[in-house]
Amino acid sequence: MTELTPARLQVMWNRLLAVVEEQGQTLIRAAFSPIVRESGDISAGIFDVRGRMLAQAVTGTPGHINTMAEAVIHLMRHFPVSEMKPGEIYMTNDPWLAAGHLNDFLLLMPAFKDGRVVGFASCTSHLVDLGGLGMGPEGSDIFDEGLLIPPCKLVESGEPNPLLMSIVRANSREPVANEGDIYALIACCEAGVARLLEMMAEFRIDDLEPLAEYIIETSRKGSLAAIAEVPEGVYRNTLKVDGYEAPLELHATLTVTKDGMHVDFVGTSPCSGKGINVPLNYATAYTVFALRCVVGPDIPNNAGSLGVFTVDGPPGCILNAQPPAPVAMRHTLGQLTPDLVLGCLYQAVPDRIPAEGASCLYDIPMRHAPEVARNGGREFALELVHNGGTGARSHSDGLSATAYPSGVLGSQVEITEAVAPVVVWRRELRADSGGAGKFRGGLGQRIEMTSATDEPFIVFLSVERIVHPAEGRGGGAPGAKGRIRIAGASADAGGKGELRVEAGDRFIFETPGGGGFGDPSDRARDAVEADLRRGLVTPERARTDYGYEL
Amino acid sequence: MASPPLRMAIDVGGTFTDTVVVDQNNIVLASAKTLTTPANPADGAMEGAVRAMAAAGRRLDELTGFIHGTTLATNALIEKRGATVATVTTEGFRDILEIAYERRYAQYDINLEKPDLLVPRERCFTIRERMSAEGAVLIPLEEASVDALLDQVDSSGAEAVAICLIHAYANPVHELRLREILLERRPELTVSVSHEVSPEAREFDRLCTTLANAYIRPLMARYLVTFETQFAEAGLRCPILMMTAGGGMCTIATAAAFPIRLVESGPAGGAILAARIAAEAGLDRVLSFDVGGTTAKFCLIDDALPHTSRHFEIARAARFIKGSGIPVRIPVIEMIEIGAGGGSIAGVDRLGRLTVGPKSAGSEPGPVAFGRGGVEPTVTDADIALGYIAPDRFAEGRLHVDKPAAERALSRSVGDALDLGPVAAADGVSRIVDESMASAGRIHAAESGTDLGHRTMIAFGGNGPLHATRVARSAGVTRVVVPPNPGVGSAVGFLYAPVSFEIVRSRYTLLESADLAAVNELLQEMGDEAQAVVALGAAGAPVTVRRSAYMRYRGQGHEIEVDLPDHALHPSDVGPLVMAFEEAYRRQFSRPVPGMAIEILNWAVGVTTERSTVGDVPETPQLKPFPPAETRPIQCDLTGDTVTAAFVSRAEMGPGDHLPGPALIVEPQTTTLVSADFSAHVDGVGNLVLIRDQEGVRL
Repeated sequence: MTELTPARLQVMWNRLLAVVEEQGQTLIRAAFSPIVRESGDISAGIFDVRGRMLAQAVTGTPGHINTMAEAVIHLMRHFPVSEMKPGEIYMTNDPWLAAGHLNDFLLLMPAFKDGRVVGFASCTSHLVDLGGLGMGPEGSDIFDEGLLIPPCKLVESGEPNPLLMSIVRANSREPVANEGDIYALIACCEAGVARLLEMMAEFRIDDLEPLAEYIIETSRKGSLAAIAEVPEGVYRNTLKVDGYEAPLELHATLTVTKDGMHVDFVGTSPCSGKGINVPLNYATAYTVFALRCVVGPDIPNNAGSLGVFTVDGPPGCILNAQPPAPVAMRHTLGQLTPDLVLGCLYQAVPDRIPAEGASCLYDIPMRHAPEVARNGGREFALELVHNGGTGARSHSDGLSATAYPSGVLGSQVEITEAVAPVVVWRRELRADSGGAGKFRGGLGQRIEMTSATDEPFIVFLSVERIVHPAEGRGGGAPGAKGRIRIAGASADAGGKGELRVEAGDRFIFETPGGGGFGDPSDRARDAVEADLRRGLVTPERARTDYGYEL
Repeated sequence: MASPPLRMAIDVGGTFTDTVVVDQNNIVLASAKTLTTPANPADGAMEGAVRAMAAAGRRLDELTGFIHGTTLATNALIEKRGATVATVTTEGFRDILEIAYERRYAQYDINLEKPDLLVPRERCFTIRERMSAEGAVLIPLEEASVDALLDQVDSSGAEAVAICLIHAYANPVHELRLREILLERRPELTVSVSHEVSPEAREFDRLCTTLANAYIRPLMARYLVTFETQFAEAGLRCPILMMTAGGGMCTIATAAAFPIRLVESGPAGGAILAARIAAEAGLDRVLSFDVGGTTAKFCLIDDALPHTSRHFEIARAARFIKGSGIPVRIPVIEMIEIGAGGGSIAGVDRLGRLTVGPKSAGSEPGPVAFGRGGVEPTVTDADIALGYIAPDRFAEGRLHVDKPAAERALSRSVGDALDLGPVAAADGVSRIVDESMASAGRIHAAESGTDLGHRTMIAFGGNGPLHATRVARSAGVTRVVVPPNPGVGSAVGFLYAPVSFEIVRSRYTLLESADLAAVNELLQEMGDEAQAVVALGAAGAPVTVRRSAYMRYRGQGHEIEVDLPDHALHPSDVGPLVMAFEEAYRRQFSRPVPGMAIEILNWAVGVTTERSTVGDVPETPQLKPFPPAETRPIQCDLTGDTVTAAFVSRAEMGPGDHLPGPALIVEPQTTTLVSADFSAHVDGVGNLVLIRDQEGVRL
C-alpha cells in the first residue's frame, strides 16, 4: 500500500508538525536572548518548493505567524530556486522582509534530494543586540536602530560567510551572544532539512507536492468552513491609543465573505517620529493571530489556513510604516491590533469575543545608571516581563496578570534579585482594577521596587494603556489604566521613555486591568461575594459598581 | 545465621496493584495482579502479597526486604482529595499563585482558565518579614502579627499550612521560627516549609511544591501508618521502604514528612527496570517505552542511568499540555507522558482528520470489544481488528473479546467519515497513535539535546510490546528489547532501586568569581542532610555521594548538570569545571561559546547506596530458527495487506530461538507484535530482542 491514503498523508502532516516543534525546541535551548528563552520568541517552519508554508512551530509569540511565510517568498525572489546550491543558507533581518524589527534574524535553507530542491526549512529568532540605540523607542529612523542586513548568503558550501559574521560581531554590544544565536539558527535549519529528508525517505516520496496539496486544501477548507459561521458583512472599529508624542487612532475595516476575511487599516493615524511604528508584516501577524483565535483555532498554521486571511493598510499609516521609519518597539502597538480587530468581529459574533485587555506587554528593561559604570559600581542589564489583566469573556471572567496576545513567561522575583541589584517589595494584584461587568475583567498587578544598593538605575518604558484603558464590551466597564511612578513624586511617569530611579526611591509599576463583559448589574451575587471574600473587589466598589449591599 | 534474601515489591496503581517476590538473585518467584482497593489501598496490597507468597510457597515473615510504591499521592492531587491548605508568604507577595508565570498554556485558546492550584486567594495569607537574595535579614519576622495570622488560618478552616517566604532557601530562620510558633499554638496543624520541601529559587514553583506537599501530607501519613500496621500484624518483620519519584527509596518516616517525593513512583520503577536491563545487556543508549491503558511514557537512559530532572507537573489539564498543571520541583526521573494508550479513543474531527486520544475509555467502560459498556472505538479495538490481539488468548482467556463489535465501532466512528472499511480504519488509527507516540519521543529527545536514532527501545507495560515495533519504526529506532514480565515492569524495577536522597539548593554565582568557601560549606550541609536521610533506610551500607552544579552561559536558559570533584572545591578546580561544561555544551549544541561567562544557580548533592553490580550475563547462544506451531492472519502494519503471521507462546521460546516477522509472541499479560520488517530472538537473560533487519515487503 504505497499509495498515499488519507491516514498516511495525515501521518506525514503530523510528522512535519513534530519536525517544526523539534526545530523550535533546539533553537530555544541554544538561544542567548532572554526574550527567546522566556517567551519562545522564535519560529521554525517547513516550506514546499513553491515557497508555500506547510507547517510552523507554535511558539510563544504570534509575531512570526505570517511574517515567516512572507519572508520566505521575499528570499526566494532574491535567490531563485534554479540557482540554489547544496550547503547554502540565506538570511536577512530587514524589518520589512523578516519580522518587523532589526533584532529578528530569518534564515532559509533549501533541502536537496537527488540533486534538486524539494522544499525548505526556515527559522527566525530574536538576537540580543544589533547596535544602534538598542531596544527602545528613541530612534528617529531605522539607521538609528542598528545594523540592517539585506538578503544575503549567510552560509555557502557549508561555511558561514566570515566577513558577515565579523560585521555582525563588530556592530553589537553582545557580540558573543549574537554569534551564538546565529549558529543556533544555522543548526536549527540544518536539523529541519535533515528531518524533512528522513521523512521523505521513510515514506518513499520524491516530492512534497501531494502532501502539500493535502495539507493546504484540508486547512483552507476547514478555515473557510469556520469563516462561514461568521455572518458576511463589513465591520468597522476604532481604537484610541496613547502613542508616543500624542494619542493615535487605529482603524480597522473587516470584510467577511464566504471566500475569506480581509482587514484594512484605512483611517489609521500616520507614523510617529519614534520607534513605535509597525511594519505591515508584523501588524498582519497579530491581526491574523487574533482572528484565528476565534475562527478555526484548531487548524495548524500553513499556507492554506493563513491564505484566507488578508490584511492591508495605507502605506505610511502607523500600522504600515515605510522605510526608513524607526520600528524597534513595533510590538507596543502591534500587540493592540488584536483588540482592534476583535472589536470588528464582536459586531458579527458577540458571544465569542472577549472584552479588550491590557494586551500590551508591560516589560521593564532596566540598567545601571551610566555613572555607576564610571564609578566602578555594579553594572547590570535586565528585562523584567509583566502583564496586566485580560478582557472578560462572554461566559467567564478575564484572567489576572496574564499575557495575551503574546505568550510570554513572567519573571520570578527571586531570580530577578539574584541577578540584579534591586529589591522587589511587592508584587500583588490590584484590587478593583478588573473592569466591572457581568463577567469581570482580569486584574492588573502592582510591583514596587527599589535599588538594593546606594546606586540609581534606569528603566526604559514603552507601554500603552496609561491614558486609554482597556474598554469593556456589551455594557462592561473599562479596566483600570496602567500607572507608573516614583512613590511621593508630584507627577506620574508617562508610558514611554526613560525613568531614573534614584537610590532610596520606590518605583511603583501598576499594570492595567482587562475590560468587563456585560452589564455589571447582571453579575451573579455569589460571584461578587467570592470577589469580596478574595479581596479582588473592595466593599466600596462592590457597592458602586455592582450595587451590592450586605 | 541470617536467612537468604527474599524480597517483595508492591506497586499500587490506579486500577491494578502489582506484586512480585524475588529470591537472592532477583529471580521472580511469583507475581500477582490484583485490583486496587481505593477505600484502603493497603487491603489490595495485602491481597496481592498473600497471593504472591502463597504462589511462592513462602511466608511474609520470611521477607528480608519490602519496597512499596503507590500512585495514591498523585491521584489525591489529580482527584483533589487532599487537605484544606492555607499558604503563608512574605508580605507583598500574597498573589504568587494567582500571578504564577503570567502565561496561558495554550496560545490560541482564549477561553481557557488557569490551572487550579488547590489554594484559593481567601486562604493565601502573608506575614511581615524579608530576606535578601544573599540570605541577609532585610525585615525581621514580625512575631507580633502572628496572632492575627492565626485568626486568619483558624477562620479559613485550614488543616495544613504551607509556608513559603521569599529567599527562604538562602536563609531559613524565618520559616523555622514561624513553624515553631504555629505548632506551639496549633499543634494539630500540619506545617510544611518551603526550604525543606524544595530549597530552590523561583517562588512560584517552590510555593506550589510546598503546598502540594501540605495538601497530601495528612492523607499520606494516615495511609502509611495503616499500611505499616497492617503488614506488621500480618507478620512482616523487615522495614518497609518507599519508592520515590527520583528512582530511589526512602523510609516511611521520610515519606510521611515529604510525601510529594512519592508521586509518580510507579513510572520511576519502570525506568529503573529499563536501566537495569540496559546495564545487563551493555546498552549505553536506551529509550524506555511504557504503555498502559491511558498513557505512554518515555524515558531516556544513558549509560544505564535514567535522565533526571528537577521539575515536573502534576495534574495537567486535558491534553497533557505543558503549563496546565501544578509545577513541582523535586528530583525526579525525567519522563515524557502523553495521552495515548490502549484505551485512547479514536474519532474524526471536523476537518476530516483522524484523531486518537487523549480521551481514554480507561478500564471502565474500556474498549468496545470488552463488552463492558464502551461504545467509542479505542486503540485496543483497532489492535483487535488488525488481528494483533488474539481473542482466545487475551488475558489468559478470562475475558471475552468481541471482535465484530470492535469493527462495527471503528466503522461507525472512523470508517464512515473517511470512506474506509473497518480494517482500513483500524490501520489508520494505529498509524496515527503510533506516530503521535513516536513524535512525543522525538521531541522529548530534542528537548534533551539528543536523538533517538541510535537508541535501543525497552518496551513494557500492558501495551508497550504490542506497539513497540510500530513506534520504533516511526521514531527511527531499529532495536527493541522486551524484558520478561513486561506487564508488571514497574514493581520489578523497584527491586533494583537504591536507598537514596537528593537535595537541590539554590545559590546564585558566576563560576569564575564564586565564593568557594561558602559553596563548600553549602555542599557539606546538603551532604550531611542527605546522608542522614539515607542512613535511616540503610544504616552502615556503603554509599556513593554525587555532587553537581547546574551551569549555564550567562543569559541562556538551558542548564547543564556538571559533576563536581569529590573534594572541597579549590580555585584550581574552576578551569576544569569550565572545560567540563563546555564539553557537555558542545555535545548538545555542536559548538561552545568561548568567552561567555558561566553562571550557576542550583547545586545538587545525591547520596545513594551502591547499586548491585551486574554479574556475568549469560551470552546469547547461537541463533537457531524457531519453528512456529501455529499461524494467524493479521494486517501487515507496513503494507496494510492481510498476511500470515507466526503465532507463538513466549514461554516456549528459549535463548537463541529466532523468528522472523510477521509474528505474534503471546504471554499472560501482553502480546509482542513482531512487524514484518523486524525479527525476534531470545537473548541469554530471557529478553525478547526485536531487530529491524529486513525489508518486510514480501510478495
